[in-house]
Amino acid sequence: MNWEIVIGLETHAQLSTRSKMFSGAATAFGAAPNTQACAVDLALPGVLPVANQAAVGYAVRFGVAVGGTVHRRSVFARKNYFYPDLPKGYQISQYERPIVQGGSLRIEVGGKQKTVRLTRAHLEEDAGKSLHEDFHGMSGIDLNRAGTPLLEIVSEPDMRSPEEAVAYAKTLHTLVRWIGICDGNMQEGSFRCDANVSVRPAGADRLGTRREIKNLNSFRFLQQAIEYEVGWQIETLEEGGRIEQATVLFDAERGETRPMRSKEEAHDYRYFPDPDLLPLELSDSWLEQVRAGLPELPEAMHQRFTREYGLTAYDASVLTAEREVASYYDELASCLPGNAKLAANWVMGDLLGRLNREGIGIAASPVSRAALAGLLRRIADGSVSGKIAKEVFDAMWNGEGSAGQIIEARGLKQISDSGELERVVEQIVQGNPAQVAEYRAGKEKAFNFLVGQAMKATKGQANPAQLSELLRKRLG
Amino acid sequence: MSLSLDDVKRIALLARIAIDEQEEQQVLGELRSIFGLIEEMQAVDTAGVEPMSHAQDVVQRLRPDNVTEGDQRQLYQSIAPQVEDGLYLVPRVIE
Amino acid sequence: MIHAGLRELSQALRARKISSVELTRQFLERIQRLNPAVNAFITLDAERSLEQARTADQLLTAGTQHPLAGIPLAHKDIFCTKGWPTTCASRMLSGFIAPYDAHVIEQLQSRGAVVLGKTNMDEFAMGSSSETSYFGPVRNPWDLVAVPGGSSGGSAAAVAARMAPAATGTDTGGSIRQPAAMCGICGLKPTYGVVSRFGMIAFASSLDQGGPMARSAEDLALLLDAMAGFDARDSTSLERPREEYGRDLDRPLSGLRIGLPAEYFTAGLNADVAHAVEAAIQVYRNLGCSVVEVSLPNTRLSVPAYYVLAPAEASSNLARYDGVRYGYRATGYADLGDMYMKTRAEGFGWEVKRRILLGTYVLSHGYYDAYYLKAQKIRRLIGRDFAQAFERCDLIMGPVSPTVAFDVGAKSGDPVQMYLSDIYTIGVNLAGLPGMSIPCGFGAGGRPVGLQVIGNYFQEARMLNAAHQYQRATDWHLRAPAGLD
Repeated sequence: MNWEIVIGLETHAQLSTRSKMFSGAATAFGAAPNTQACAVDLALPGVLPVANQAAVGYAVRFGVAVGGTVHRRSVFARKNYFYPDLPKGYQISQYERPIVQGGSLRIEVGGKQKTVRLTRAHLEEDAGKSLHEDFHGMSGIDLNRAGTPLLEIVSEPDMRSPEEAVAYAKTLHTLVRWIGICDGNMQEGSFRCDANVSVRPAGADRLGTRREIKNLNSFRFLQQAIEYEVGWQIETLEEGGRIEQATVLFDAERGETRPMRSKEEAHDYRYFPDPDLLPLELSDSWLEQVRAGLPELPEAMHQRFTREYGLTAYDASVLTAEREVASYYDELASCLPGNAKLAANWVMGDLLGRLNREGIGIAASPVSRAALAGLLRRIADGSVSGKIAKEVFDAMWNGEGSAGQIIEARGLKQISDSGELERVVEQIVQGNPAQVAEYRAGKEKAFNFLVGQAMKATKGQANPAQLSELLRKRLG
Repeated sequence: MSLSLDDVKRIALLARIAIDEQEEQQVLGELRSIFGLIEEMQAVDTAGVEPMSHAQDVVQRLRPDNVTEGDQRQLYQSIAPQVEDGLYLVPRVIE
Repeated sequence: MIHAGLRELSQALRARKISSVELTRQFLERIQRLNPAVNAFITLDAERSLEQARTADQLLTAGTQHPLAGIPLAHKDIFCTKGWPTTCASRMLSGFIAPYDAHVIEQLQSRGAVVLGKTNMDEFAMGSSSETSYFGPVRNPWDLVAVPGGSSGGSAAAVAARMAPAATGTDTGGSIRQPAAMCGICGLKPTYGVVSRFGMIAFASSLDQGGPMARSAEDLALLLDAMAGFDARDSTSLERPREEYGRDLDRPLSGLRIGLPAEYFTAGLNADVAHAVEAAIQVYRNLGCSVVEVSLPNTRLSVPAYYVLAPAEASSNLARYDGVRYGYRATGYADLGDMYMKTRAEGFGWEVKRRILLGTYVLSHGYYDAYYLKAQKIRRLIGRDFAQAFERCDLIMGPVSPTVAFDVGAKSGDPVQMYLSDIYTIGVNLAGLPGMSIPCGFGAGGRPVGLQVIGNYFQEARMLNAAHQYQRATDWHLRAPAGLD
C-alpha cells in the first residue's frame, strides 16, 4: 500500500511588541513569575481589554507580505474554556472574521519549489504557563505570558512530507523575523508549531483522520514528531486499526507522540464576538503605509541574488535566511562588482562561521562591510592569497586595523613577481633532488611536496597558481 | 426544542458547575420554562436584519504600544487563595 | 441635614456650616440604626469613611468649589473600591479586597466625595428584587415586607431611607430604574458608553451601564457630571465633548412632545401603576407638553432577546471566578476539575447559576445562530422601533414596572414571572438608550410608583430638564418613608 502523507501546520508567532495585546503590561521574556501580569492580565473583576496598535500593524504587515487579503473589518471573538493558565476562562481571539485571509509561502525542498497556501492568520492573546515541578502535588501558574500578542498562522494541508513541513516552518520563521514582527526565539517560545498529520492511500481524495501534534518548538522535533506520527498512523492502519482524532504531545526523550489526557472531551468553545471590544477597522491609508514600508522580502531577494549575482540557489538561500545577513551581503557584493561569488563564500564561510562561534549577530561584527570589502578587493587583485587572507581576517577581527594595514605591517603581500618566484623555484628544485626525481618518475605527490616547500620558504605568500605553473615549467 | 437531562449535564460540565441529580431536575424544569419564553423569538421573521451588538457605529480604538503597568505582584497576590514563590498554586494540571 | 439635597449639602459644606466629618458621621449613625432592618449595606468602614471626610474637609477649607467635595455617597457593591471588600453580593467574592478603584469611583473621589459604604444588591446584578444576595435580601424602606426592587436595591433603599444623600447603581435590564421606582427615588441609566465600565464588575458587557441614584433630577445631574466621561481603559467608552448635564434644568417644557408607547399600557400593567403614571402625564400636559401615542411593536420580544444575550455574555464574564487567583475557593476537592466544579457550585447562588447555564446553552455548539444571533437581530429591530418613535416625539414616557414592589419571597419561585416584569425597561438597554425613573405617586399598599422617561441617544440633559420641571410642579420626590426611625 502506498500511503500519502498530508500535513497542515498551525503556527503561533509571538509578536514582538513591548506591551501585551490587550493591556499595558510588559512582554519581556524571563521576568520573575507574575511580575508582568497586571490587573487586566489577571482577569480581576471589572477589568477590560484595549487592543494594541502595534500588534494590529504587525498582523497587517504579515498579511501583505504573504499576499493575503487583509480584511478591513475584523472582529475579536471569545474562545471559552477552563484552564488555570487562562485567567478569564476565555481567550480573546478571532473566529469568523480574522484580520488576514489566504496568502501563500514558497518553499524549497530538495531543489524543488512548492507553494504552500495559507488559510488565514489572526490575532489572539497567549495564555500563561503551568509549572509542573512539584509544589507538593500542585502546579504553579505564572501569568507573565498571559495576554502576549500572538499571530496564529494556519496553513492549508498542502505539505506531503516531514521535510516539506520543516521547510515551510523554516521559511515562515525567516519571514516573520525578516519583517520584524517576531523574534523567532524558539527556546523562549516565540514561535511554536502544531502539526496536523494524517495519511491516506495514495490517489485517494478523501482526507484521513488527522491527529494534532501540539507545541513543537524546534525544527528537529517537528521533523522527528511528524516522522514518528506518520509511522504510527500507517502501522495502525495497516494492522487494521482506526485512527481516532486526537491531540498529541511529542515526547522528545522517547521520540514518540502520545495523546494528551486533558483534551479528551470534545471542546465546545462557544465562540461569540467579544462585547468588550469593538470591530477592528483598518483605513486604506494605513494599509498603504504598511505596504510601502515593507522591506524587500526574502523570496524576492533570493531571486535577485541568483539573477544579479549569479549565485546558486543554495548560496542564495543561505544568504537570505536572515535579513541582516542578506543586507550585509547585498551591499558587500554591490561594491565588489564581478566578485559576488567571492563575497558570498566569505560571508557564508568565514564571517558567519566566526559570528556563530562567538555567538554574536552580524550587526555586532567587528569586521564591517566596508572593511571586509577592503580585504576581498586585495584577494581579487592578487595582493594576497585566499589562504593568507584568512590570517588577515583574524587580525582584522581582533582590531589590528584594516586589511591594507595588516598586510603591510606583517609583510603578507602575495608574491606574484615571476622573477622572485623563479628564484624560489630554483632554490627548491636544487634543495630537493630526491623529490624532483620522484616527480620526474611520475609521482604527483612529490609535486605537492615541492609546492609545500616553496610555500614554506615564502611563508605562504607565493601566488599559488603562478608558483605551480613556474614549478611545472622548471621541472619539465 | 426540548432540553434534555443530558443537555443539562453537558452544560453544567462546560460551565464547570457541579450539580447533583435533584438540582439537575430542577434546573431542567426551570430552563425548559425559560426556553418557552425564548422560543417566542423564533416566530419573528428576521431575514435580512443585521445583528446589532453596539448601538453606536464606533470601531475599536487602538492603544499605543507602551508599557504602562509595573510590578504589583505583592498587592495582587495578597488576595490570592494559594501562592508560593510568586506562583498561583492549583491542583496538579495533567497533560 | 439628612433630608437635604446635594446642592444644599454642598453649599453648607463650602460655607463651612458643617464639616464633611460631621455630615458623614450623621449618615453613619443613621445607617447603624436603620440598616439592621433594611439591610441596604453590605460593607461599612467608619474609620475609612471618616479618613476620607477629613481629607475632604482640608480641600473645603482650602476653598475647593467642587459641588461633590465632602459629600458622602453610597456605592453599589459592584464597583471596585480600592482597599474595600467588593463582593457583588456573592459568596464568590466575599472577602475580596479590591486592589484598584473603578473609574466611577476615581471620578468621584477626585472631586472630594466620601465613600459611605458598599450597598447590597442582587448577586452579580442578576435579579429584579435584591433577594438573591448572599448577604440576605434588602427591604423596601416604605414597607419592610416588600422588596426594594433590583438589582441596585441597596442603593435605592439607602437613598430612600436617607441613609445616604445619593448613591451609584448599575443598570443592565432596568436595575437602576426599577429599584428607583419601587423605592420612590430617582435613578438614571445613561446612554451606553457614557459611563466607563472599567472596575464595574461585568454582568452583560453590551448592556451594563453605571448611573446615579438620588432624590431629585438636580442631584442626578450633579452626580452624572462626575460619573460620565471618556476612559481609555474601556474600549466601549465613548469619546465625546464633556457635558454639564444640569445645563437645561430650568428650560420651560412648552412644545415638548411626549410619546406614550401603546405596548406599555396594555392589560399587563396594573391599574394602580397606570393611574399614577397617567396622572404624571397630565402634569406634563399642564406644563405645555403635547402627548402622542407611539408604537414599539417589538416590545414583547425584548424579554426573550434579553434573556438570551445577557445570560450568554454573563456565562462568559463569570468564567473568571474559578478560585485560582482571588475570591472563594472550595475546600476538599479531588483534583483541578473538581476544584472548579465545587468552587463555582458553592460560590454562586441559584439565580447566577441558572443564568450561567442558560447562557452556556445558548452559545453552545449548534445553537449560536438560533439564539444568540437571532437575539442580536431582534435587538436591531428594537433599536429601530425606538428610532421610529423618536421621529414623532422628543421623550418617551411610561411605567417602569407593571406593579409596585412585591413582597419578599412572592416571586422567587418562578423565574419567568420575574423576567416578564422587566418588559418596560429591558428594551432601553438593548437599544443602548438613556432611561430614567422618577417618583410619581403611590399604588397598592402605599408603595411608590415610578415614571419612566426614555430619551434618544445622548439626551440626558433634556430628560433631566423634563424631570426637574415635573419636580418643581409636584412633591413626590420629597416624600420620605415614615416609621423607620
